[in-house]
Amino acid sequence: MPFGNTHNNFKLNFKVEEEYPDLTKHNNHMAKVLTKDMYAKLRDKQTPSGFTLDDVIQTGVDNPGHPFIMTVGCVAGDEESYEIFKDLLDPIISDRHSGYKPTDKHKTDLNFENLKGGDDLDPNYVLSSRVRTGRSIKGYTLPPHNSRGERRAVEKLSVEALNTLDGEFKGKYYPLNKMTDAEQEQLIADHFLFDKPVSPLLLGAGMARDWPDARGIWHNDAKSFLVWVNEEDHLRVISMEKGGNMKEVFRRFCVGLKRIEETFKKHNHGFMWNEHLGYVLTCPSNLGTGLRGGVHVKLPKLSTHPKFEEILTRLRLQKRGTGGVDTASVGGVFDISNADRLGSSEVAQVQMVVDGVKLMVEMEKKLEKGEAIDGMIPAQK
Amino acid sequence: MPFGNTHNVLKLKYASSEEYPDLSQHNNHMAKILTPAIYERLRSKQTPSGFTLDDVIQTGIDNPGHPFIMTVGCVAGDEETYEVFKELLDPIIEDRHGGYKPTDKHKTDLNADNLKGGDDLDPNYVISSRVRTGRSIRGFCLPPHCSRGERRGVEKMSVEALDSLSGDLKGKYYALKNMTDAEQQQLIDDHFLFDKPVSPLLLASGMARDWPDGRGIWHNDTKTFLVWVNEEDHLRVISMQKGGNMKEVFNRFCTGLTKIETLFKDKGTSFMWNEHLGYVLTCPSNLGTGLRAGVHVKIPNMSKHAKFEEVLKRLRLQKRGTGGVDTAAVGGTFDISNADRLGFSEVELVQMVVDGVKLLVEMEKKLEKGQSIDDLMPAQK
Repeated sequence: MPFGNTHNNFKLNFKVEEEYPDLTKHNNHMAKVLTKDMYAKLRDKQTPSGFTLDDVIQTGVDNPGHPFIMTVGCVAGDEESYEIFKDLLDPIISDRHSGYKPTDKHKTDLNFENLKGGDDLDPNYVLSSRVRTGRSIKGYTLPPHNSRGERRAVEKLSVEALNTLDGEFKGKYYPLNKMTDAEQEQLIADHFLFDKPVSPLLLGAGMARDWPDARGIWHNDAKSFLVWVNEEDHLRVISMEKGGNMKEVFRRFCVGLKRIEETFKKHNHGFMWNEHLGYVLTCPSNLGTGLRGGVHVKLPKLSTHPKFEEILTRLRLQKRGTGGVDTASVGGVFDISNADRLGSSEVAQVQMVVDGVKLMVEMEKKLEKGEAIDGMIPAQK
Repeated sequence: MPFGNTHNVLKLKYASSEEYPDLSQHNNHMAKILTPAIYERLRSKQTPSGFTLDDVIQTGIDNPGHPFIMTVGCVAGDEETYEVFKELLDPIIEDRHGGYKPTDKHKTDLNADNLKGGDDLDPNYVISSRVRTGRSIRGFCLPPHCSRGERRGVEKMSVEALDSLSGDLKGKYYALKNMTDAEQQQLIDDHFLFDKPVSPLLLASGMARDWPDGRGIWHNDTKTFLVWVNEEDHLRVISMQKGGNMKEVFNRFCTGLTKIETLFKDKGTSFMWNEHLGYVLTCPSNLGTGLRAGVHVKIPNMSKHAKFEEVLKRLRLQKRGTGGVDTAAVGGTFDISNADRLGFSEVELVQMVVDGVKLLVEMEKKLEKGQSIDDLMPAQK
């Protein structure tokens, strides 16, 4: 792949105007922020592992815009990307994360007992509940940039850590390249299996290289706690179950994550974290908590109400189709989750989901009875 | 994008066995040739512009095999790739090009007068005739590796050269990113427009980066001579017309190419060429002449004959669907072209197509009349 650092030096033979990308048709965070002057200032830099400015922005150059979502348009190749290219990434982070300033501090709170309620979302409406986050392992470069040796080392370390889990977390690892047909069928039926990325957003950043080498899925025997290894991040940790008991989902999430982190620390490879950005992940949109807590919920009436979008905005929630980030909703069932990642804690974000979904279900019930919901419209959180 | 040279150095911290790709599911030329020992010897090397071994082979790792064609599985990032990585590429070249040895010399012959016949292929069977080749401009990196500045440099120089063509070669350049809807529609109707690559073979080697920046199509007013700029190679030069007058197509091809080369020489550069590999192109399968001369020909009876494949093989011809390399034939109409690229001259290859297609049409006519073709079977060329 190009943009080796010798090649980066080579490129410096060309003037800034000659190398600066054409972003005239683009609509993503990177295109909004990257000026020619900024490009000139940053183009000769590289992180210790050799990630360059062009590496950071390539996905945004190759993907001008997305119909449903304002994409970020850049990725980190390692922990240091966020420091070396802060002139570009700080404004993007601020734009994406509601004005989060370079001097702000992020709060981590994985104490599930701090969550109020969340165990009684109406299962007639809330079909399933899920919390996911990502983690990066310190000392390794990230999926856009890592070599096969690094990726395999991340896998090895992760599987060792996961294999020490016991009790409700006891489980098994299924590497993608050794899966039997039967195992694959089961994982698909459970909605656990992740496949080689097809999204051009991910492909443009080099995250699918060497697929399926060192990628895999670990889950507990009860199929309620799941870890993806080496997909878009080193680790994606997911707690899920049918119905509306978000409290239990979040408890399992926090307890499992803490256990995993302890094991990694014992091997002197903690998670990438700092007090400004929280957990450091591949995509700037996932900084902070990296947490998306959400439900699949039936809102056929509320979703067609003229104030639906306004309500979501005020509740700091986001809607997606039930197929994931790139999909549309089907049959009035929506994926509703927290919009924020950075600047509020895990507990605070899951609280917003719990309270917000509870309110929306109440609104749906009112609309079913033909009643107005004007008196229930919430204030901006 | 990864594999910067700092990153290449970082990778050397891992043992060769930790970095060596898993090729157990693979079926391409690279996977047949690459061994752990070769990988170990070459992994610390790079070309002057910074192209590394992993850059060469990434597309072959990410694309284990193709249903219709034995793919090459590697690309060059610059002219020097073929020298620095000769230990890997020479055996691949030998395997792909009929036993071509590292000491062999390639002959270039673009003198159209040397072609015998070719002006009388039966247009009731031969629907169209076409000759294409590629050219790389010395001093610039190739599409898997080039920066935006380099790609634009290639475009600028190419357009200047093409704009000075006159007579029946006089034409116009249509940059992909400035095309009007009307121009785009016309180019589609003419079957001239090339689009962003979708083939994973090309995407995995980084050839679609920054699309459509620096890409375009030039064609003459009579629409018989066409040049693609910055698609899979710096230049793809195509001469084509309806019917079976391959001689005229080849005449125009040679005249146009020679003129373009002179124009580049006037600018102080030239095409990448050496006496061993002939014209140097991105894919090792296109070395030598880079020439594919072919016809779309109706051979519904012949193509169902038990000896069809054997006949093609003896004639050193290859069949494809009429949609190009990744397609299947429709309605008995095939794309028939030379199988060879390296070790034969342009004239020799087009002669094989002319003679071979003439024979195939004779065979088709015999089969139509219910006659046998046994006495027409050719010897191995």
